[in-house]
Amino acid sequence: MLRMILQRLMLGFVTVGLVSLIIFSAVEILPGDACTALLKQDAQGQQLAQCRTELGLERPALIRYAVWASGALKGDLGVSAHGSKRISELVSDRVKNSLLLGVTALAIGIPLAFTMGILAALKRDKLLDLFLSSLAISAMTIPEFVSATILILVFSGWLQWLPGIVLTSADAPVSEFFPGIILPVVVLAMVMTAHILRTVRSSVIEVLDSEYVRMATLKGVHYRRIILRHVLPNALLPVINVVALTVGWLLGGVVVIETVFNFPGLGRLMVNAISDRDLALVQGIALIVASVYVVVNLAADLLTMLANPRLRSAMVKRI
Amino acid sequence: MNSIGRPKTPSNLRLSVRIIQLVREILSRPSGAIGLVLVVLHLTISVLSPWIVPYDFKAISASLILSPPDSAHWFGTDQLGRDVLTRTLLGGREAILVTLVATPIAVLWGGFVGVYLGLVGGRADAVVMRVVDAFLALPWILKMLLLIVTFGTGLEVLIPTLAVFYGIPVIRIARAAAHNVVARDYVLAARARGHGRFSIIVIELFPNVLDALMVEGAMRWSWMLLAFSSLSFLGFGVSPPTPDWGLMISDSRTYLPIAPWAGLYPIAALSSLIIGINLTADALAKALGVDRAQKAPI
Repeated sequence: MLRMILQRLMLGFVTVGLVSLIIFSAVEILPGDACTALLKQDAQGQQLAQCRTELGLERPALIRYAVWASGALKGDLGVSAHGSKRISELVSDRVKNSLLLGVTALAIGIPLAFTMGILAALKRDKLLDLFLSSLAISAMTIPEFVSATILILVFSGWLQWLPGIVLTSADAPVSEFFPGIILPVVVLAMVMTAHILRTVRSSVIEVLDSEYVRMATLKGVHYRRIILRHVLPNALLPVINVVALTVGWLLGGVVVIETVFNFPGLGRLMVNAISDRDLALVQGIALIVASVYVVVNLAADLLTMLANPRLRSAMVKRI
Repeated sequence: MNSIGRPKTPSNLRLSVRIIQLVREILSRPSGAIGLVLVVLHLTISVLSPWIVPYDFKAISASLILSPPDSAHWFGTDQLGRDVLTRTLLGGREAILVTLVATPIAVLWGGFVGVYLGLVGGRADAVVMRVVDAFLALPWILKMLLLIVTFGTGLEVLIPTLAVFYGIPVIRIARAAAHNVVARDYVLAARARGHGRFSIIVIELFPNVLDALMVEGAMRWSWMLLAFSSLSFLGFGVSPPTPDWGLMISDSRTYLPIAPWAGLYPIAALSSLIIGINLTADALAKALGVDRAQKAPI
């Protein structure tokens, strides 16, 4: 068990390493570098050469990768091409804001998804299930920018209850994001809830159809006891991984949603960085996002291992 | 050859018979029927629209800016006085063309690599799967935007990009599907007969993972459409004045409270196509007995 955990940790670390390699080589292949971006039209002759020497761009790619990667390990992502600010400084507020957005959406979405998913499964093929399932399908298939636009039209345009765009600056304290953050959170939570709900539903149904549940029913175990003791623990375990994958979706979906709502988060910073061809910043953000993804999946795997009685007892035996 | 233990799956039927049978099974479910009708309707419109649109999609009119729907302009006009009905009918062409070309390529190459890895296993499998995992750890939008910024946004960029990117998750699905098959007796029999890897893949494995790949392809198609229109919406996709749903929705946002028609019609068009594909894919999965309940959003 301990070895499995260590193995899993190593695997996560290798993945982050590979991701950093992919990001670095992708940016390396793109035409232009930090200096052509920084100097714009002046990027020629001596000025360009001088800038490249200053930033150390004339060194071989492998060495630059090593410098960048070791810096990233210490939390230093280098200097942004524009305004020559430190990237870690530029990014920290944005990370906080995106986290605020994502965590709020998760905090609302996960309990909602579990309740509705279990309900839908227990009332399988009844009216409630059909209603919840079709609601989930529409929420997860309609593009998030479409649902965002509709929500803005209804709640901001017609009813005028909520602001349609966020005008708060990136370094504002958390309290100031209210009420502008409500609509983006609703859109994010809606899509996530739909994905998780579907998995919860099918997982619960699978267990309900299993032999040991039939056995328990035949033995005369009370219905509520069957659901609470036999069905839910077994059905909800695999959902942990889907929640983690949904977080992965969230990392991408947040880019579109932040742009729609003008929310000062990491996603919008990334779109801006790409438009400005600020490659150093793009590299940094990509690495952060990918690391979050890997860590979340790692946590989900470990949680599943720990929650699995078979693996847990294996650990006890070994100790 | 069929006598050597290969299961008599429906995949061994003649292709045309098989397709008719599948369509019938999809139509037998109400949701599948609705989905398939929506998809066919959209495909027909996208093919015929250049001949049936009432106006020129570029025709700008200063006197008609954001005018509500009436008998001359059924869907009203947009912020430049262009006919919304015309642009909505034409707005899916680019998206459908790109995704419809890219989807089969993605499923084929991803499927082939996945099946190959599932067959050979070992170190090559481990290494490639690590790279696949690492690649999937980056949000799709970042990868797409990076490439688009470098190479531009023409069809010649978008089709290969989508085809390559959306084939990568297919590798996983195909590999998992192949794992269920490689240990079967008929694969062993083919090996014993002295078939090479390539012919085992093509003759024995591919037909047996085809069901999973078809469902996966339908899902990939809807995700590609989503990606394509999201990119257009963000301003990285189709360039104006070409009509495109994502772009139209983005353009209409500022005027939405006073002129909802400019945005709601493209929204309805895009949503109905994507919902149609998903309903069809669901019905297809049920008809083929492929479980896609645990499918993750990637």
